[in-house]
This record gives sequence, structure tokens and C-alpha cells, in this order.
Amino acid sequence: MHELSLAESLLQVIEDVAREQQFSRVKTVWLEIGKLACVEQESLRFFFDAVKADSVAQKAKLEIIGIAGKARCENCHQNCGIETYYTACPYCGQYALKVTQGEEMRIKELEVE
Amino acid sequence: MCTTCGCGVGQTHINGKPVQTQHRADQPVRFRAAESHDTHRDTETMHFGTGIAGAHAPGMSQARMVKIERDILGANNRWAEQNRRYFLAHGIFALNLVSSPGSGKTTLLVNTIERMRDQFPIAVIEGDQQTDRDAARIRATGVPALQINTGKGCHLDALMIGRALQQLSLQDNSLLFIENVGNLVCPSGFDLGEAHKVAILSVTEGEDKPLKYPDMFHAADLMLLNKCDLLPHLNFDTDLAIGYAHRVHPGLPVIQLSATQGDGMQAWCDWIAANGRRVAANENSMETGC
Repeated sequence: MHELSLAESLLQVIEDVAREQQFSRVKTVWLEIGKLACVEQESLRFFFDAVKADSVAQKAKLEIIGIAGKARCENCHQNCGIETYYTACPYCGQYALKVTQGEEMRIKELEVE
Repeated sequence: MCTTCGCGVGQTHINGKPVQTQHRADQPVRFRAAESHDTHRDTETMHFGTGIAGAHAPGMSQARMVKIERDILGANNRWAEQNRRYFLAHGIFALNLVSSPGSGKTTLLVNTIERMRDQFPIAVIEGDQQTDRDAARIRATGVPALQINTGKGCHLDALMIGRALQQLSLQDNSLLFIENVGNLVCPSGFDLGEAHKVAILSVTEGEDKPLKYPDMFHAADLMLLNKCDLLPHLNFDTDLAIGYAHRVHPGLPVIQLSATQGDGMQAWCDWIAANGRRVAANENSMETGC
């Protein structure tokens, strides 16, 4: 359910930017969502469709750019890709990975009119 | 610029001469879709990351790209920082207690308050979807408690805490316990400005909770393993549970305790006292300009 809050926050940012930059319609919203971020993409789409009605973004299309998870092993100091938090280091097998990328959740760009 | 469609009539010049555009005022204007190269609209949403190239042609539409690079949770994070500054300025040690429903958060709090009320002023913010039953249990101890009902919401956010702080008059150098909505998923993503998230897992829940709900155990700075007095009656492997928690969060400190029987409560209270005094000391050093 917290995707509803995220969708509302997303719309709030868009409306703030619409006032600042004076546009009246958003055609496309590009989001960057890390694979490890606490957000379910399809759920976010569902709620964004629900909250965008009667706003500058009412016809906006959501484009989501997935950001891969990356981590550095605190044991062997190698860098690797990760899909989940409970991943062992593929080089040394220890559970000692520190996430370096993949928790992002941000609006990258808007196409507006 | 053409006021009908913004097509740039009269704006483009080559060698000082205006360039005619194809737009004619007597024709209906259709904006060209940004992704006009892709006619399979139903399947477009499945192709993440194909957009940004900016496929719209300048002069054909008044669409423009606005680079904003803003965190979706930016507003929450700004409120959280404001709360954090407030806590720091007043030496308040704030803990955000997160767990599934029924792990024993409120019982733990009531018993923690009884043990620590002589050392620190204490206040509690309770988060639940409905009712003020938890706040009533806290108030029965004599400690001020404010109940936030989230309605249909599944977590507390930093703005709710900011508003609660305006209503609670917290004493300097006090402890503030924030009991989040019982939910192992959503509260993990929302910073409230607390010093630490404390995840509570009870031994009646199963060892693999940290693997099944990794976001929360990754976000926490301390894990409490509660209801340990029930271990003789259960097939719960404590080492396995802690091992799973350490897969998700290497080095996560764990305290095993029983809020009802008191075992391990001293270690938990010592942890609070040591960290709480550190926060209070920072506030005092700020005051004296050290």
C-alpha cells in the first residue's frame, strides 16, 4: 500500500515543478527505480493512474528505468551485482555485501507541454 | 512562436531569413507523440528504460524535456531531516520500532518504560490504522503518549511525526519511542528522523522472517528477538534466525529478550541508555560550542 504514498509524492513533485516551470500538461514521466528500492513497479503504476486524474499529469505515461543492484564485499573487497539483500558474495561466499547502487527512487525527467 | 501549437513559426531563421514551417493555421493541429516510432502502445509499458532519448522533433510540438532529478521521497526526507535537527538540538534520542503485528512492541515498550523512567524523561508516539488502545496502554504507565491513526495508511511518515512533535511537548534529553504501524514492509522506506530503526522479531513468527522481509531487517540498526521465554515450547532455531538476519544485514546487533519475563531486558535498556546519553552529550556540546 505504500506505493499509494509514493504515487502521491510523485504527483506532488510534478505539480510543484509545473508551477515553477510553467507547464500545463505532462506527457511522460521517467523514473529511475533501483532493483533494491522498496517499491513494486506495477503497484506504483496502478496507484499513479489513480492519483493523476484531474491533474497536470492526467494523461502522463510512466516510463520506469530499472537501476541494477551493485554491492562491494567488505570481506574480499570485490564489486558485484546483486538482486536481493540476502545475497552472498559470488567471489568469497561471505554474507558481507554493502550495497553501492540499486536503492534509488527518483524522477529523472519529464516531457511536458 | 505560434500560439496555436507552439510550432515555432517566425522563430527559426537561416541566414537571417525566417524559415517557413509546415503548420498552416487552417489545419487542425495534432501533437506528434514523443514515442511515435513505436506504434505498439499496449506493449510499450513493458519496455522499461527505452524512453529518455527524447524522440520528439523540435518544431513539431511544444513538448519539452524537463530534467528534474528529484527523489520521489524527497518531501518525506526533508521533513525527516527537520525532525532529526529538532531531536539533535534538544538531545532527544528517538527510536523507530518496527515489526509485524503481534511481535509484542507495546508490551516491550510498557516494560521498558517501567525500567527506564527514573533515568530519562520518556514519551511515546503510537502508530496504528485505528483505535487508541496502544496509546491508552502507554498512558496507563503515566508517560505521555500520542496516537496517530493512519486510517488506510500502512506506515508512519515524517510529516505525521513532525505534526505529532508540535503537539507533544518533549523534554530536553528525553527518550522518544515511535511505535510504527505493525507491518514488516512499508515502514522500512520512510525515514522519520529517528536515530535508529529497531526491528522486533518474536520467536513465534518463524526463523526466515529476515529473508522473507529483507528490506526491514536491512534498514534496522538493532534487532530484538522477543518472547524468548517461549523457546522451550517451540521449534525455533535462534542461531538460524540470527544467521538469516546477518545475511540481509551483516553485523546487525541482536538482543534476545522476553518483554514479559524480563530476561534480556537489561541489555536492551543498557543499549538505550548508552546511545541516549551520547545523543544528550552531543546536544550539550552544541550548546557550549565545543
